[in-house]
Amino acid sequence: MRAYLVRRLLALIPTLFFASLIVFTTVRLIPGDIIDMMIAQNDIGSKVSRDALEHALGLDRPMLTQYLSWIGGILLHGDFGNSLWQQNPVGEEVFSRLPVTFELGIMALAVALTVAIPIGVISALRQDGLGDFLGRSFSILMLAVPGFWMGTMVMVFPSIWWGISPEVKFVPFHEDPIGNLIQLAIPALILGTSLSAVTMRMTRTMMLEVLRQDYIRTAWAKGQNERGVVIRHALRNALIPVVTLIGLQAPILIGGAVIMEQIFVIPGMGLLLLEAVSRRDYPVITGVFLIVGVAVVVINLLVDLSYGLLDPKVRFR
Amino acid sequence: MTLLSVRGLTTRFRTDRGTLTAVDDVSFDLDAGETLAIVGESGSGKSVTALSLLRLIARPAGQIAAGTAMFEGKDLLKLSEEQMQAVRGDRIAMIFQEPMTSLNPALTLGVQVGEPMVLHRGSTWAAAIAKAGDLLDRVRLPDARARVNAYPHQFSGGQRQRAMIAMALACQPRLIIADEPTTALDVTVQAQILALLKELTRETGAALILITHDLGVVARYADRVAVMYGGRIVETASARDLYRTPRHPYTAGLLASIPRLDQVAGRRLIPIDGQPPDLARMPPGCAFRPRCTRATAACDAARPALAEAAPAHWKACFADAA
Repeated sequence: MRAYLVRRLLALIPTLFFASLIVFTTVRLIPGDIIDMMIAQNDIGSKVSRDALEHALGLDRPMLTQYLSWIGGILLHGDFGNSLWQQNPVGEEVFSRLPVTFELGIMALAVALTVAIPIGVISALRQDGLGDFLGRSFSILMLAVPGFWMGTMVMVFPSIWWGISPEVKFVPFHEDPIGNLIQLAIPALILGTSLSAVTMRMTRTMMLEVLRQDYIRTAWAKGQNERGVVIRHALRNALIPVVTLIGLQAPILIGGAVIMEQIFVIPGMGLLLLEAVSRRDYPVITGVFLIVGVAVVVINLLVDLSYGLLDPKVRFR
Repeated sequence: MTLLSVRGLTTRFRTDRGTLTAVDDVSFDLDAGETLAIVGESGSGKSVTALSLLRLIARPAGQIAAGTAMFEGKDLLKLSEEQMQAVRGDRIAMIFQEPMTSLNPALTLGVQVGEPMVLHRGSTWAAAIAKAGDLLDRVRLPDARARVNAYPHQFSGGQRQRAMIAMALACQPRLIIADEPTTALDVTVQAQILALLKELTRETGAALILITHDLGVVARYADRVAVMYGGRIVETASARDLYRTPRHPYTAGLLASIPRLDQVAGRRLIPIDGQPPDLARMPPGCAFRPRCTRATAACDAARPALAEAAPAHWKACFADAA
């Protein structure tokens, strides 16, 4: 088990190295560079030359030198560099926003699972019945309706109809936990239900598969009732692939959080990323991406480890 | 004393090719402590008969269309689902064909063997798992008490079938139905498992319905035999009687097709020509008619009913006794 963990953690190094290379180079290839923006916004073109500005920001150095100094800073001092606009440290900014996104993600995941698993199970048990039909229709609807549209509608319509608009001032958890949870509830609900669609379908398919197994018939033959058959005998076996799916959905979850944070003005990593991209704030973009990359890889490692809890045949070697 | 009395059991399946009658008007009695072997080829309806008694037929495709099955004064086919759950695993236990897939891969052996005691005896899990250790020891699983927390994949096929037997014995049922319990096992293990099953049913006084396609098994372990063909019982007699004087041409054919130690050396085995009937397209007369060497015109017109051809020896055939 320990050897397995060490090996998995070592495997993170090449993954993150390539991720950092890709992120670092691609952000600099986005059309419209930061110098143009700074000049256009601040009307400083007359006073400062383009070259001087580029030099001041360190962007005139060769790409390789820039990369090495950036990655060196991270590896040697844990320094993700400074924002090109505000000059504040990227690491601090990202880590202060990470908990908000994390909270939104966990809440959305909780919503997704509490919606998806029971509906998926009921859908499988009542295959082709009314419950199954409703469950599957709901899932198709959730797949078809984009989260950003739903989020926008939730923002717009209550204010048109009843003059209610959601709070746009963010309440941090440590100041007012209840207010914070209420504020995050709607975006988490929207994000969670759209994630639940795929999970629900996977749960349904796997339950149908597992319910046909011989050991389910054995459970019935022992005198188990439907509840016991489903909960004790079927669910655990059916959830193994569902857990994999949840790991694969982690990047989608983060992508969705970016959009929800923008719509509901939640100061998480998503909002930070969006602002950074629109302002071509390269160190911020690369910093966010790198940390998200680590998060995705770590989530998938946790998913792999959780197989050991569900499937006794899995041994970590 | 009669423990189980089945009358006119009929089970049908709806398929893409129409409705087929897998079990057609099957009747038999079983005394307490008796071992009845139900013998037949694949598709003869022997497994469906067993599953029908426990009402484990896959619904909605399968349906018990008619019949009664009186067991301890109750008609199993008329019980509510809750009442049936109280019977399953407690009064009647079942052992399945595939020990490799019939145990839940995610639960320990102790939990699976102990579960019937939790369900039917109100036992705590700790007590049930401890008792499971005793039961596993009784079915001679090596190192049983230490291995209650092991998972099915850590055991061989024969060991798993022992665990299935332990599970069936958990609540001391009056009837055990074993559906081809040794078909999936190595030949060397088959005899051990059957001997164990027979020994334990004798000790506990449970009746046993042994479903098999292997007439060799029948000779050794059964008191009585019912031979099924095309969803019907075509002959039933004591095991000894059936071996000595098979009266239905199908039974006679089956016996001629297996090697026997008591036969003349050098005698050739005689296979039964043709294929088992297609249950979706049953001929109007006797189902065995197309393969029968003694068929007459009467066999095309109607299905022969099961009738007593000799004392306690019943057959469903128009041809004269062989």
